[in-house]
Amino acid sequence: MANRSVVPFGPQHPVLPEPIHLDLVLEDEKIVEAIPKIGYVHRGLEKLVEKRDFNDFVYIAERTCGICSFMHGMGYVEAMERIFDAEIPPRAKYLRTIWCEMSRIHSHLLWLGLLADGFGFEALFYQCWRMREKVLDMFEEATGGRVIFSVNKIGGVLKDMPKEMLAKFVHNFNEIEKELKDLTEVFLTDYSVESRLRGVGILTRDDAIRLGAAGPMMRASGISIDTRSIGYAAYEDIDFDIVTSNDCDSYARCEVRIKEIFQSIEIIRQAVEKIPGGEISIDIKGNPKGEAFTRVEQPRGEAIYYCRANGTKFLERFRIRTPTFANLTPMLYTLKGAELADVPLLILTIDPCISCTER
Amino acid sequence: MATKVAKSPWLLHYDGSSCNGCDIEVLACLTPIYDVERFGIINTGNPKHADILLITGGINTQNKAVVEQLYSQMPEPKVVCAVGICACNGGVFKECYNIIGGVDKVIPVDVYVPGCAARPNAIIDGVVKALGVLEEKRKNMKGGAAE
Ligand code: SF4
Repeated sequence: MANRSVVPFGPQHPVLPEPIHLDLVLEDEKIVEAIPKIGYVHRGLEKLVEKRDFNDFVYIAERTCGICSFMHGMGYVEAMERIFDAEIPPRAKYLRTIWCEMSRIHSHLLWLGLLADGFGFEALFYQCWRMREKVLDMFEEATGGRVIFSVNKIGGVLKDMPKEMLAKFVHNFNEIEKELKDLTEVFLTDYSVESRLRGVGILTRDDAIRLGAAGPMMRASGISIDTRSIGYAAYEDIDFDIVTSNDCDSYARCEVRIKEIFQSIEIIRQAVEKIPGGEISIDIKGNPKGEAFTRVEQPRGEAIYYCRANGTKFLERFRIRTPTFANLTPMLYTLKGAELADVPLLILTIDPCISCTER
Repeated sequence: MATKVAKSPWLLHYDGSSCNGCDIEVLACLTPIYDVERFGIINTGNPKHADILLITGGINTQNKAVVEQLYSQMPEPKVVCAVGICACNGGVFKECYNIIGGVDKVIPVDVYVPGCAARPNAIIDGVVKALGVLEEKRKNMKGGAAE
């Protein structure tokens, strides 16, 4: 029998921006088992609903994760709006849609950069992050924040984007799209990139269903599910096809995410074209009572928000089910039988967001 | 702060229990727009090579030991820079049951960078301040630093 050894991986590791610990049981260079230990980022955020009133909690919900902060805030306020049975103005819905897609673009570019860094292609990493800065600049212009925006409120949004700004953003995104085409070339056709991604971390369609994968991880295994198609914010009025791939490997995950950036740009164009005028928020009065669920498609997959209110200023329970949590099991599955050198890559391909998983 | 940077200080970044907001801003400092590498600053993954420890996020019961260990593995002189209000004193998560508080609850902190999220400009400012502290510490080290 080959030699067995256990290699600890993390919580502090050069390729991981966030702490996660794995005990890798190796047989020579092959992984036979990966035992995770998580909880380094656990804060106990959900329980804060008992200390912050439901209006203030928007700001806490946003800080569940700094990468999809807008969507976390939105998931929470949409759940609260359901409890209040409030119909928010259409313009607010469209603004939310636009900001959601901008978040997706910035998150996917961030991931592409980290992936490039993961297989040692520094120049590519820099290119992705340089482009991402352009999206952040737009966010800053529109909301005042680079990563945490605080523009959601229960009943709508706090800031409007004037027509000129929207037109300018569309123009900027057209530019980004052009540049992105060059990057796509590299990610999808460069032989050295391909040799690191092709056939690595296979997750078949059946396994993806059995293990409950979410988001691009699932869509890269040929399953066409996207929460945006059930329609929240203004997605009902928007035309888009769900991006999938049947390759089931790391290359497919990369492909799906790149194509989703183009898709997001297209959604922004549509939204800007269709956005109606009018108010951006309504007043909400009284205290909430009842419970509600919402589902939001985040860059990493589907997130579920649950709120239960008892008629006081403080909620009784708030709960988030995050996409990374769903993707951890498939990740551990793909790690089994992989080479030690591929571990960072395999962890990266689920696009882990530990801070929202552990909250 | 001196007008020139005499040595190339290396950074070690650790994410305590941050929401990622400050984290990605720290990474953004390393990328073309902000680019701290032009000062010779490199982000290393190895505490034994690092001069400056950048910590984002507060301390909780799980990561306390990790932070202490990273700090103890860094060679003297070393500087700790707490990035973001979470790392400074717990920030919005201060009242969470699992948060002990800011980084200074477990290791000495030399530079505090405020903001939620801390902006890259502020982080670079903090790092530059940390360079001054590092220089100071080097001078004060017994026997002086080998020049
Ligand atoms: S200071 Fe704010 S942005 Fe930074 S980690 Fe804490 S909550 Fe997140």
